[in-house]
Amino acid sequence: MSETVKKFLYVNRKAPYGTIYAQESLEVVLIGAAFDQDVSMAFLDDGVFQLTKGQDTKEIGLKNFSPTFRALGDFEVTKLYVEKESLAERGLTLEDLQNIEYEDEDDDWAEKPSIRLVSRAEMADVMADQDVILSF
Amino acid sequence: MSYEVDGQEIATDEEGYITNLPDWTPELGAVIAKAEEIEMGEEHWAVVNFLRDYYEEYQIAPAVRVLIKSIKKSMGPEVGNNKYMYELFPYGPAKQACKIAGLPKPTGCV
Repeated sequence: MSETVKKFLYVNRKAPYGTIYAQESLEVVLIGAAFDQDVSMAFLDDGVFQLTKGQDTKEIGLKNFSPTFRALGDFEVTKLYVEKESLAERGLTLEDLQNIEYEDEDDDWAEKPSIRLVSRAEMADVMADQDVILSF
Repeated sequence: MSYEVDGQEIATDEEGYITNLPDWTPELGAVIAKAEEIEMGEEHWAVVNFLRDYYEEYQIAPAVRVLIKSIKKSMGPEVGNNKYMYELFPYGPAKQACKIAGLPKPTGCV
């Protein structure tokens, strides 16, 4: 008897603070990860700001939840698709994003990058490949 | 509900998780443990300290699997396994140990 594993993609389009979407999305991803599904996240439009390094929320009185993205690998969420065009349109490069890694169980626990840069066209393919897509 | 340490009252939510995380001290941890009817030994503290370090770094409590892997590394497989974790914390390493460690109730913990 094998249980069906579905492919879930969580799509993030909003900046990390200012609305609750980004934090809620991450929370739902972490809850969902406990159910042994195939979970990926996508970051496009202003959503790419969620992954930037050096976030400081002191002045706005909110919790800086960006370190939690680095824990996703521990929850077996290892595919973070980031759209190249969205980064470029905002003057960002991969260098501006946090270094997020996971340990590959099938490769002697080698540390590998979780962030995968994809073009807009490739992102469409990633989306087409999913069973469930949740937008935040 | 609240705890008392050195005459100071520490506020909690209705389930006994402290609401102001910087309030935590090892003394408070011991008081919470007592309220949970847990006698804290070296192994309990190893779990609590790991949870606090992990939270400090990632702003979230670890997955139980990650906790167990780390304890296995630091204290050996007799301690670092699921069954023993439940002997240390009968109401679950996530829920109960996080409470003693002064962390929020873990996400996805029903």
